[in-house]
Amino acid sequence: MEKFTVHRGVGVPLRRSDVDTDQIIPAVYLKRVSRTGFEDALFAAWRGDPDFVLNQEAYRNGSVLVAGNDFGTGSSREHAVWALKDYGFRVVLAPRFADIFRGNSGKQGLLTGAVAQADIERIWQALEERPGTEVTVDLVERTASVADLVVPFEVDDYVRWRLMEGLDDIGLTLRHEPDITAFEAQRPSWKPKTLPVLERS
Amino acid sequence: MGRTLAEKVWDAHVVRRGQGAEPDLLYIDLHLLHEVTSPQAFEGLRLAGRGLRRVDLTIATEDHNTPTLDIDKPIADRTSRIQIETLRKNCAEFGVRIHSLGDAEQGIVHVVGPQLGLTQPGMTVVCGDSHTSTHGAFGALAFGIGTSEVEHVMATQTLPLKPFKTMAITVNGRLKPGTTAKDVILAVIARIGTGGGQGYVLEYRGEAIRALSMEGRMTICNMSIEAGARAGMIAPDDTTFEYLKGRPHAPQGADWDAAVADWRTLASDPDAEFDTEVVLQGEEIEPFVTWGTNPGQGVPLSGSVPVPADIEDPGARHAAERALTYMGLEAGTPMRQIPVDTVFLGSCTNGRIEDLRAAADVVRGRSKAENVRVLVVPGSARVRLQAESEGLDRVFKDFGAEWRFAGCSMCLGMNPDQLAPGERAASTSNRNFEGRQGKGGRTHLVSPLVAAATAVRGTLSSPADLPPAGDGAAQGGTPAPQLVG
Repeated sequence: MEKFTVHRGVGVPLRRSDVDTDQIIPAVYLKRVSRTGFEDALFAAWRGDPDFVLNQEAYRNGSVLVAGNDFGTGSSREHAVWALKDYGFRVVLAPRFADIFRGNSGKQGLLTGAVAQADIERIWQALEERPGTEVTVDLVERTASVADLVVPFEVDDYVRWRLMEGLDDIGLTLRHEPDITAFEAQRPSWKPKTLPVLERS
Repeated sequence: MGRTLAEKVWDAHVVRRGQGAEPDLLYIDLHLLHEVTSPQAFEGLRLAGRGLRRVDLTIATEDHNTPTLDIDKPIADRTSRIQIETLRKNCAEFGVRIHSLGDAEQGIVHVVGPQLGLTQPGMTVVCGDSHTSTHGAFGALAFGIGTSEVEHVMATQTLPLKPFKTMAITVNGRLKPGTTAKDVILAVIARIGTGGGQGYVLEYRGEAIRALSMEGRMTICNMSIEAGARAGMIAPDDTTFEYLKGRPHAPQGADWDAAVADWRTLASDPDAEFDTEVVLQGEEIEPFVTWGTNPGQGVPLSGSVPVPADIEDPGARHAAERALTYMGLEAGTPMRQIPVDTVFLGSCTNGRIEDLRAAADVVRGRSKAENVRVLVVPGSARVRLQAESEGLDRVFKDFGAEWRFAGCSMCLGMNPDQLAPGERAASTSNRNFEGRQGKGGRTHLVSPLVAAATAVRGTLSSPADLPPAGDGAAQGGTPAPQLVG
């Protein structure tokens, strides 16, 4: 995973709350078996609307999405994160995120910064006054800045460390393989197993 | 200080406590796979040269893409077919047990796990599907994960996790006749909001919860995610043990006794403290339906479409305005006057045998409203077989409904079962998001009883709104056989 410290890119104001993962990527696009190439599926239902923010020239190269409350609710589909990343987003700022979406983002190097609602409002205003304005997101300092405006964002300490180091979760866990083996030796024998297949009597 | 149920299950699965900001490493007892969220995880294993650590704690079914008609023919949609073939190839390569289309144990993962007896109290259960919370009905800690985590569990049988907060949701008293588990959970979500459970494991307690069957408890835990919670749980009791006993993967003999002794310890201690508590009164809960585009936008069936101008919070007001435009609804319209085009009975929320029985009891001896399409999709092939052995398929067919094969179907429309733009549905599923059941489709979430009554009248209705049925159609009909469902 690429290391993340500071990112600077065009901010995209998405003035909507409760953006669920069915909106980020509709189910019909989940049939692919690849991990890349989902950029065309991002916000597919809204992209048909010429007024939709991503259809405006100024935001075409957006990489910092600034959204309303409860971003990423609903389905656990990690495709939502892949679609955002494939499109070019590196950061999403919102007052609050759904748990699964936020976890998925951390695994894929998409930074989700929680910003107070009032600060989100100020960022929206700054971006809308001058469409195409860049946002600087500093993971070291945990701040997002647009022109003179600097606001703090919240991110889990451990996720921050992993993003800054660009570390792979599975590799980290496998360092503790002896602990896993020791745990397995103590599991009760009656715990169910899927194999062998047991038939109904 | 005492511990909550969730904390007990958590503690029993800690492989390694995290140091400082590091998360705990938790052992996973059961990993459920399906075709949509697993292909990229299998590919990740292959690329890294890693194996699947515990195939004996892993099971796969085909559900999201599977057609509900012509299941003996090749799947017509090419991308759906490739995704299912990919799952079959991956399972064969890694040695994972799979129940494919046509197999008697195929079906929605969250219906299949419990009916095989693989879901048991005190376990940790994960799946790349947010409705994994369903399994919490057994007192398991069960939650949905993303594909990176699916790969992580495949490789290590563990997950690094930060502890959740705990919320007690107590439903006191008894539910009125006609009020179901679905109405309870829709009322809970309307109360705490779609983000109200964020960061929490919910524990449902109280007399009304204890009185529910396992099917009802699964409906409630299933929709915990719609309140933003990672998981929902209900402490196991005799209802749980009776449901499990005799199922293929339930413990037997001395193992059964040892297991039950362990399971009986799985209740929150009397002095356990929850981070948040919510209390509802069972008698006050009415049949509940949604009017908007998230599951928290619901009202009692006796209510009306809200007037956005009356909503104080600007964010919620704006969301309501958007929702009414999308849903094609006028503020103030009584819910009972809303006509539907389609009724969908099924999904991991309400596609179990008890749901089909309840709906069949309503429609028996009646005919469906003209111009309403009624789709009945059992949650699993086993549920379908059981329903057919009870003659429920005939009841639905005589009524004018379509009797389909098992799968996720119209809940998310990855297969051909979709709403057309502008088409309005009463659906027993779990999400009324924009476009969820088909681009431009409009969804009202309802219980199986409301779905059935709506199919009779053609507008959102409860069984109490129906005139008496024709001859020989007494409510309830013959007692339901107590077979393994």
